[in-house]
Amino acid sequence: MDSVAETRPLSPTAQRGRFAKLLRMYALQIAIVFVAVLLWAFFFWRSTLTWGAYDIYNSLMTTTPYFALIAIPLTLVVVAKEIDLSFGSIMAWGMAAFSVVFLLFRETNPQLGIYLGFLVCLLAGLFAGWLNGFIVVKFGIPSLVATLGTQFFWRGVVLVITNGQGLGMTVVKDTLLYPLLVGRIGDLIPMQFVWTIIFAVVTWFFLNRHKFGAHVYLVGDNLESARLMGVDVNRTKILAFCAVGVASAFAGFVVSAQILFFWPTLGEGYLLSTLASVFLGGTSVFGGTGTVFGTFVAAFIIAIINPGIVAAGWTAYWTQLIYGLIIVVSVSLQAILRRRLA
Amino acid sequence: MDYLLQMKNISKTFGEVAALHHVNFEVGANEIVGLLGDNGAGKSTLVKIITGYHHPDPGGEIFWKDEKVERLSVARARELGIEVVYQERALADLQSLWRNIFMGRELSNRLGVLDIKTMVEETRKLMSTAMGFTSAAVSPESTVGTFSGGERQGVAITRALYFEAGLIILDEPTMGLSLSETQKCLDFVAGIKSAGKAAIFIDHNIVHVYPVADRIVVLDRGTVAGQFMKGELAFDELIDRLTRLARTGRLESNNHVA
Repeated sequence: MDSVAETRPLSPTAQRGRFAKLLRMYALQIAIVFVAVLLWAFFFWRSTLTWGAYDIYNSLMTTTPYFALIAIPLTLVVVAKEIDLSFGSIMAWGMAAFSVVFLLFRETNPQLGIYLGFLVCLLAGLFAGWLNGFIVVKFGIPSLVATLGTQFFWRGVVLVITNGQGLGMTVVKDTLLYPLLVGRIGDLIPMQFVWTIIFAVVTWFFLNRHKFGAHVYLVGDNLESARLMGVDVNRTKILAFCAVGVASAFAGFVVSAQILFFWPTLGEGYLLSTLASVFLGGTSVFGGTGTVFGTFVAAFIIAIINPGIVAAGWTAYWTQLIYGLIIVVSVSLQAILRRRLA
Repeated sequence: MDYLLQMKNISKTFGEVAALHHVNFEVGANEIVGLLGDNGAGKSTLVKIITGYHHPDPGGEIFWKDEKVERLSVARARELGIEVVYQERALADLQSLWRNIFMGRELSNRLGVLDIKTMVEETRKLMSTAMGFTSAAVSPESTVGTFSGGERQGVAITRALYFEAGLIILDEPTMGLSLSETQKCLDFVAGIKSAGKAAIFIDHNIVHVYPVADRIVVLDRGTVAGQFMKGELAFDELIDRLTRLARTGRLESNNHVA
């Protein structure tokens, strides 16, 4: 009894210390959730009718994954102090590769064509991602420039392959891919939302619980020391780009399967929202820090801005202005925080 | 004498710049070699070849315990037991202490899944023993960017020790350290000797190298200008000769050049 009484007076302070430590460790994550709730509450107050019904959440869970699926692996690339601007074109490039296979089998076995095409689509994305990484690593070109180039390149490839024509994809409805990728669980939860959660969990695991992720952080934090300590810097970067490539192709397929049509312009317009998700989520443009959780929450913050503005009765022209502002402000905040630390 | 490391006829050119020409260099078992030289003498290049970061030009040979090593890589060098304390510049500032200690050699299972619990535990142990951290504010989860220069040096040294290195290379370990921290660092070098291990101690401050080194090798403009055994030369005499070397490019050596 005595010993218990003796240890007791210490525990509240120790507990408070531990709580403060947790608070400090997860400050960014807590802040981002706080921002999300605040923004949601504000929009809810401006238009209770819209935000009090299920429809808006259904539509958010349907369309946010289109870019959240890419923003999540893009977090790896940004943590590794690189950037990828080509993912929008890779979405379309994957689908262009799909369309070639699909058209090949259209008369004989369209369902098989869909499955094979899906596989080829993912492989095409993987290749495009690998190429980005290869160019950046082997030729030492800044990824900003390299992926700006591949962005135009892949869009050009898509236009050449498709001749600028779209492709109807109603056959997808007859395959398992339709319910698996864009179906609804209990008519309520869109499957692409489930996939986004799966992507987030898997990416989180690799970033925080796997050697690969440990190396991603080290490469982004201090490239030279990572190299000196025997980290395979090039391989780490290429793998990160590969992840974005595959995810982009996957997201491209999801979008096309949802609307049952492939437009050669697929992916245009996702650049801003995807990058904004990563930066708003607290991933530093200077590399070395960032969380998948932050990106995930930030993607939904980005997603509610547009409908929030419209439902509140303002013009949607504000949306782009706000996205741009979010990128500039969050990146500037990172710069200020960084200077304070140094 | 038994050699731990022998390097024969090592040259290294970067484009048109010859950083090293035909250097012979060796480290004996349980020997502390002081490597002296001005900026640009080739010290860093030599070290980076030993650690597998650079590869010597064709013709150069490296032997580890009398066995020839072909294509030394960073990973291979660490496997052999060559460990470098690269100042504080080889730390990742935004990462936690434990991630820095295990940088590039994370403990994981065969699938690459990290064993975080063990790494944090080991770091905690090392903190209280080797690093001598007593502050309650520092934990294995603390980011090293917030540490003082001496603390960071402690992290870099501890990292080298933890992995049971046979040859420890200290690249200007006293740079930017306070007097007491410098003393601690020199004590550590003496500790390497008594632990039966070998070390290469690089510094351009002879005051630090002289007392702890068994042998001093002087590099100048990419070649070995000379070397001296401990006690062979008085401290003042050595300084005189080095000053003349800087002026004339020639070192009067007692000729122990291998």
